[in-house]
Amino acid sequence: MKIAVASGKGGTGKTTIAVSLALAASTAKVQLLDCDVEAPNCHIFLKPVVDEEEVVSLDVPAVIEQKCTYCKKCKELCQFNAIAVFGKTIMVFKEMCHSCGGCFLVCPEEAFSRDSREIGTVVTGKGKGSIKFVQGRLRVGEALATPLIKAVRSRALEDGLVILDAPPGTSCPVINTVRGADYTLLVTEPTPFGLHDLKLAAGVLWKLEQPFGVILNRSDLGYGEVEKWCNKNNVPVHLKIPFDRKVAEGYAKGQPLVEIVPNYRDRFAFLLKELSK
Amino acid sequence: MKEILVLSGKGGTGKTTITASLALLAQNSVLADCDVDASDLHLLVSPNVQESHDFWSGVTAKVDPKKCTGCGTCAELCRFEAVSMGEKAYIDHFSCEGCTVCAHFCPEDAIELEPNLSGEWYISETKYGAMVHARLHVGEENSGKLVSLVKRESRELAEEIGAKWIIVDGPPGIGCPVISSFSGADLVLAVTEPTSSGLQDLKRLIKLAYHFKTDVCVCINKWDLNESFCNEIEVYLEDNEIPLVAKIPFDKAAVDSLVAGKPLLEYTTGLAADAIRKMWPRIEAMLLS
Repeated sequence: MKIAVASGKGGTGKTTIAVSLALAASTAKVQLLDCDVEAPNCHIFLKPVVDEEEVVSLDVPAVIEQKCTYCKKCKELCQFNAIAVFGKTIMVFKEMCHSCGGCFLVCPEEAFSRDSREIGTVVTGKGKGSIKFVQGRLRVGEALATPLIKAVRSRALEDGLVILDAPPGTSCPVINTVRGADYTLLVTEPTPFGLHDLKLAAGVLWKLEQPFGVILNRSDLGYGEVEKWCNKNNVPVHLKIPFDRKVAEGYAKGQPLVEIVPNYRDRFAFLLKELSK
Repeated sequence: MKEILVLSGKGGTGKTTITASLALLAQNSVLADCDVDASDLHLLVSPNVQESHDFWSGVTAKVDPKKCTGCGTCAELCRFEAVSMGEKAYIDHFSCEGCTVCAHFCPEDAIELEPNLSGEWYISETKYGAMVHARLHVGEENSGKLVSLVKRESRELAEEIGAKWIIVDGPPGIGCPVISSFSGADLVLAVTEPTSSGLQDLKRLIKLAYHFKTDVCVCINKWDLNESFCNEIEVYLEDNEIPLVAKIPFDKAAVDSLVAGKPLLEYTTGLAADAIRKMWPRIEAMLLS
């Protein structure tokens, strides 16, 4: 079973929930995929022993100047402004390239050779208990998160429980994380920001036609509109976690919620059982 | 005219709360919300929309089943696994990056490229100055392009009305939309919180600011939630000669101001508001030096 943990708004507690689920699982095979490659933080709580670090690169073109006739076919095909041709000068901006391969295919002179651009690293290891852990780390300065998220997802177990920690937002990196999950938990907080961004995130799941429910973090902030909205739209609220200074302090130091307040372990285990039905 | 860009790496550290309050302190400014896929600034500054525009960006490939012979060329060439083959080819909108390779090489000319309506963008008036903001449709690509557009429009608007400041509420992370938001920024205000995650993401953000040779200053939000961690951040900043412009204490009023839909500074005069008020002249001095 694949469970994605997402949210429109950042900082609502996705990582806390993802780590709690992984630690509360009673199944032998549990894997946590940290797909928030721009700001990966699950390792802080799981403290994994790293087995492998693998650099992920994209194929990008390099021009073989002697072969190029400056016909501009590549420039015309490229939708990402990665190639410029003026007079007898051709330039490739490899940081703009999405690696669609079009320029290689369209060039009548075979004037491109393969170069590569490092986009980040995939780290694999084992966390607390026997949790299998995979994390993507976007190289600082790299714009494209999606191919790295795909690289992380390609390491997902076929069986067992797979938890995916998504980045915030509603655009392509989020879609690429939650797509195909059996269930998605949207973590939010009861504030107008939390509600606004929950509606957007719910919109993503509705558009994908995938089932989802809500976890309300810092549930005692006193703004009732989020729950009202959930009820009205038949979105189940699976868990409410009130603000607790002890939890916030533990979080700051990298302690998982289920270790700070042990009875949460049962609540998350129960939730997993419920979701597996 | 100077531009300040509010970023954080980690989400939910308080970028928007702080941006809205800066808008109140900086007289004669233009606001830009560059968190285009989960924008919240409008919830605090109640914009009155003056202009609304569609944001068209890129293309999506679509198969004409009448022309498709099911040869599979497109599926073979697509690097984004967007094409699935049955009797005919089918292109998945969410996976398609609009590279046009399939359309170009289809032997039957059976693939059409449809322009993408990816969102909207707005020019608005607020109590605190003009504002440019946008909304990316769910699941769309090209958030970076929309961010660039918001930035370009806010700059033009600022020049037109002779604004002194552009205050930009940035997206979380360090990827595509954040990179787009850097262009033209004179100073990054990085908002962090005293947690391991906050510090780790701050370090990555600062590296990015170095990469783009943009000056950066830091404020630690909710600093008193973990004083020893706050110390650790301060030591890091000192070691790297990065100015700390404010330590903002945890204040329940911050949430109340969200519920009231007002900038914190307008809502209350508490300790957090006070810290933000004192931060502004420091930022001003950095921008004008």
